[in-house]
Amino acid sequence: MVRLILQRLALTLVVLIGLSMLTFFVARIIPADPILLAAGPRASDAQIQQLRERYGYDRPLVEQYLRYMGDLLRGDLGTSVVLRRDVGPDLARYFPATLELVLAALGIGVVLGVPLGLIAAVYRDRLPDQLSRVFSLGMVSIPNFWLAIVLQLVLAFTLTILPFTGRFDRLLTPPTTITGVYLLDSLLTLNFTAFGTALRYLIAPAFCLSLGALATIARTVRADLLDVLGTDYIRTARAVGIPTSVLILKYALKNASLNTLTQVGLFFGYTLTGSVLVENIFSWPGIGNYAVSAALTKDFVPLMGVTLLTGFAIVVVNVLTDFLYLTLDPRIKYTS
Amino acid sequence: MSIQTSFPRPGSTVTPPKSNKAFRLALYRLRQSPLSVIGLAMVAFVLFVGIIGPELVPFPEDATGNTRMEARLTAPNETYFFGTDDVGRDVFSRTVIATRTSLVISLVVLLIAILIGIPLGAISGFFGGWVDEVIMRITDIFLTVPALLLAMAMAAALGTGMVNAMIAIALVWWPGYARLTRGQVLSLREREFIEATRALGGGRWHTIFRHILPNILSAVIVKASMDIGFAILVAAGLGYIGVGVQAPTPEWGVMISEGRGLLRQAWWASIVPGVAMFTTVLGFNLLGDGLRDILDPKTRR
Repeated sequence: MVRLILQRLALTLVVLIGLSMLTFFVARIIPADPILLAAGPRASDAQIQQLRERYGYDRPLVEQYLRYMGDLLRGDLGTSVVLRRDVGPDLARYFPATLELVLAALGIGVVLGVPLGLIAAVYRDRLPDQLSRVFSLGMVSIPNFWLAIVLQLVLAFTLTILPFTGRFDRLLTPPTTITGVYLLDSLLTLNFTAFGTALRYLIAPAFCLSLGALATIARTVRADLLDVLGTDYIRTARAVGIPTSVLILKYALKNASLNTLTQVGLFFGYTLTGSVLVENIFSWPGIGNYAVSAALTKDFVPLMGVTLLTGFAIVVVNVLTDFLYLTLDPRIKYTS
Repeated sequence: MSIQTSFPRPGSTVTPPKSNKAFRLALYRLRQSPLSVIGLAMVAFVLFVGIIGPELVPFPEDATGNTRMEARLTAPNETYFFGTDDVGRDVFSRTVIATRTSLVISLVVLLIAILIGIPLGAISGFFGGWVDEVIMRITDIFLTVPALLLAMAMAAALGTGMVNAMIAIALVWWPGYARLTRGQVLSLREREFIEATRALGGGRWHTIFRHILPNILSAVIVKASMDIGFAILVAAGLGYIGVGVQAPTPEWGVMISEGRGLLRQAWWASIVPGVAMFTTVLGFNLLGDGLRDILDPKTRR
């Protein structure tokens, strides 16, 4: 077990180092010249040279990479050439907003996806199952940035029941920052008005973002439930006379939930990706929005920072999911 | 069917009679699943629109920076089926022309991804050892980072435009195919018929091209059909952000982005391209889902 964990962690480390090389490669080697872009068209040669030296772009590539790695290890993600600000603090400020959005989306995915999968499994091959299949495929086929616009049009503009964009009412003070996740902060400070406001702003973007996870969770729950329902112990339980509802909710769902958990872990990454566009449309102040503005100004240091942070978050969640799976499934302990 | 009097030698091009049967079985299964038939019909329709449509639209000149200010923000009517945008261009014509753009992008992306992924995956699976290790760690890295984010960075680095967007997406897309191919090769390598081929004197490359590649084809087709929709969404996402296809080229993401600012005066400018994209992606997903059931017996439930 310990060896397995160490092996997994070593592999993770290799991936993270590779990721830093990849982001470095994309940011330093492919673009024409980030310094010329940053300096602007009217900069003199001397000014450009000065900038080049200041950001270390005049050194050999290997040295640049080693210096970049050294900085990373000390938690320094570099300085944005366009914004002239350090990337690290910016990410620290924007990441909680993204995390809140992604977790809310995954929560919605579980809350709606599990019952949907359950119904599909119970009514296997009948109309509810077919509808659930169409619904799931439909959900992954909707461009989420477009759905975001439709929701804005309907909910905010036509019905005016939800705010148009943003994360919090401009006229109100957001909850005292503890974690940066507004819903959590407002609960911790017992500020229920702020909780309600934050929830109203959160609900539309989180829903848009949840569709992919929702659909996949529904399909996974269905497949796993069907597997479990075909096993001997369920047949025995049925023969003993346990009512179907108890059977499914108490015995089958519990065993089917393990795989669903893995799916939720895997969908963390997918949902993070989706958040890039959704954040942009709802002007949600997260790292996705930050990455989009960096991409548009060809500001590679923040873009690399976001890519690294996202990759890191995904790796961490994947490892956690693996370990959770190991701890929750009693069978694995004996075999490994 | 006549009785075969001689056995085909390895490497001969005699088509085994089984494939016709398999094809008919596939057709039968396709008929059994109405959703796949709907998907097939939708895909056929979208392909028709993408191939022929741009030649038939009422305002082909609107594909460029053409303006018609006297007709700007016209609501849908009999001249402009889906209304006009803020410079008076016909939304219907542009949406139809954009179908071709998106189809071309997604097909080229998948083609490049397959052409990079299959050889690398086959090498990885067939030769094993440190080559396998290196290739697999590289795919790990790519699969860790969200495709859209990496494609965004690559597109920004390479410069905007349709060709660069395709390169950027394909560069982050191949690892999936490499992984798939490797897994398939690994399981095929141990099978008796491969062993038999080698026993009969089939060389390494003969084995790969004649026996392994044809056998992984169905898995690749299934993955590709499921991927087309996703590739369309990613490409449109890049267009929407502004690092992919550039205005005035008609592209769904670009159109939605332009239409977003007009939401209050002209909802059709952003809703129509979105509906077109949704229909296309849904068609490919329905078809892909059905194909998976038909071609991959393991997932049949």
